[in-house]
Amino acid sequence: MFELTVGSLLNIVAMLAAVAVIAALLIWIERRVLGFLSERLGPNRVGPFGILQSVADVVKLITKEDWVPPFSDKLVFVVAPLIVPIAMLLSFGVLPIAPGVGVMDLNIGLLWVFAMAGLGAYSAMLGGLASNNKFALLGGLRAAGQMISYEVFMGVSILGVVILGDSFNLREIVEAQRDGWFVFPQFVGFVVFVIAGLAETKRWPFDLAEGESEIISGFNTEYSGMKFGLFFVGEYIGMLLLSALIPVLFFGGWYAPFGLELPNPVVSGLFWMFIKTSFWVFFFILVRAALVRPRYDQLMNYGWLVMLPLSLLNLLITGAVVLAQGN
Amino acid sequence: MWNFLKQQLYVLWSNVVTLWLVFTHLFKKKDTVEYPDVQPYMFPRWRGRIILSRDPDGEERCVACNLCAVACPVDCIALQKTEDENGRWYPEFFRINFSRCIMCGFCEEACPTHAIQLTPDFEMAEYVRQDMVWEKKDLLISGTGKYHDYNFYKIAGKAIGGKGKGEARHELPPIDRRSLLP
Repeated sequence: MFELTVGSLLNIVAMLAAVAVIAALLIWIERRVLGFLSERLGPNRVGPFGILQSVADVVKLITKEDWVPPFSDKLVFVVAPLIVPIAMLLSFGVLPIAPGVGVMDLNIGLLWVFAMAGLGAYSAMLGGLASNNKFALLGGLRAAGQMISYEVFMGVSILGVVILGDSFNLREIVEAQRDGWFVFPQFVGFVVFVIAGLAETKRWPFDLAEGESEIISGFNTEYSGMKFGLFFVGEYIGMLLLSALIPVLFFGGWYAPFGLELPNPVVSGLFWMFIKTSFWVFFFILVRAALVRPRYDQLMNYGWLVMLPLSLLNLLITGAVVLAQGN
Repeated sequence: MWNFLKQQLYVLWSNVVTLWLVFTHLFKKKDTVEYPDVQPYMFPRWRGRIILSRDPDGEERCVACNLCAVACPVDCIALQKTEDENGRWYPEFFRINFSRCIMCGFCEEACPTHAIQLTPDFEMAEYVRQDMVWEKKDLLISGTGKYHDYNFYKIAGKAIGGKGKGEARHELPPIDRRSLLP
C-alpha cells in the first residue's frame, strides 16, 4: 500500500535546516513587506536591514516567563503548541523540491499533506480548550469549525489535479506538468485551493481563530513565551508549506517557465522552486496587508455555499473531460 | 441564483482590485522618518530650546526686565535683576525650568531686547529631572541668534557708562527746555 522511498540523510538535514531558517526569516520578511505595503519601512534596526529581527524575537520569547495558567489543563496546554510545527514539518517531508531532492517519496503524498494539515487543526482546538478561558475557547471553536469546513473542499479542489496527474504522489504530479502547468486546465480548482489554503493556515483574512479585535488573541490568548512562539512559527511553516504546495500542484514545481532552464537540473529545480515559492509567500503577505476579515457566518456561507459547489463542479467537469478524452 | 453568482463574482473582483491597489503602495515613497539616523529638517522659526543671545558687541542682551517671566503661562522662567558698574542692567541669575516649559514662544514675543529666543533644537531629554533646570551659563550663547545687528543700549535712550544722553542711534542731543535761546 505504501511505497516509500526515503532520501539521503543530507537531504533530510538540509530540508529541516532550510525550513527552520526560512520560517524564522519569514517573520522578518513578512513584517518588512507589510511595512513597505503600508508605506512604512518595517523593522530595520537589528543587523543589516533588520535581518536579525527574528533572532531578537526568539531571545525575547525564550527569556520571557514560561507561564502555565493554574486554571488550565496543564498537560494538554503544554502539548498543544507542539502539534502544529511538528505536523507542518512532517508535511514538508513529502514535498518535492527538485529532481532527486526531497525527504521522502510517498505514493500518497498529497493525502499525507492533508492528514498533517488536519492534525494541525488540533493544535488550535486543544490550545483553546485547555486554556480554560472564554476567548481561547471561542478561538478554538472557530478554528475547529473553520479548518474542518475548509478542509472539505480544499481536498475536493485538488482532486482535479490528481485526475490530471493520475497520482497522489507529489513528485509524479510535478512530472505530469512537464508539458503544461495544471493552473490552466484547473484554474477554478486553483482559486479554490488558494482560498481554502489561506483558511487552513489561519492566515489573514481568515484569521478568525485569532481575531485580535474581537477575541483578544483567540486560541493563544493564554500562551506566552516560547509556547506562543511555537504557534507563531507553526503558522509561518504552514504558510511556507502552502506557498510551496501551490507551485507543486499548479505551477509545474521545479520546471522552468518559457524554457529558462539552468544547465544543472537540480540547481535549476531549486532555483525555480525558490522563485515560485517566494512569489506565493509575497502574495500571502499582500493578502494580509490588503484584505479584511469576514464575519464568521460570512466565512461559513462562503465555504459551504460558494466554494464547495464550485469545487464539486470543477471536479465533475474535469472528470467528464478526462473520461471523454480517454475514450 | 443569478444575482447570487453576480454578487459572488463582484466580491471576488473587488478583492482583486484591493490587492492591486495595495500592491501599488509597495513602490510609493515611504512615510517613515528615520530620526536618529537621519536628522529631520527643522524650520528656522521652530519653537524649541530657549537661548539667551548676546548683542553684536558680545555683551548680554538681557536687561532683566522680567517681561518674559510675566508672559510665561507656566511660570518656568525665574530671574533677578542686577546692575554693573556702567549702569547696564543684567540678570544676576536666569533660570528656565524646561520640565515646565511648553515652548509657546510668548517669552520671545514679550522680550523688548531680542535677548530670549527659541531655536530649532528639540533634543532635550534628560535622565534626571533636576537636569532640566537650565541656568544662565547653560542658556547664554556667544552669538546674536536670529537678529544680527540689534543692540539695545545703542538704540535706547538710557545713559550707561561710555554712552551719555542723546548719543544713541536716531537720537538728538537733549534740549535744555529752560534756556531761552532758539
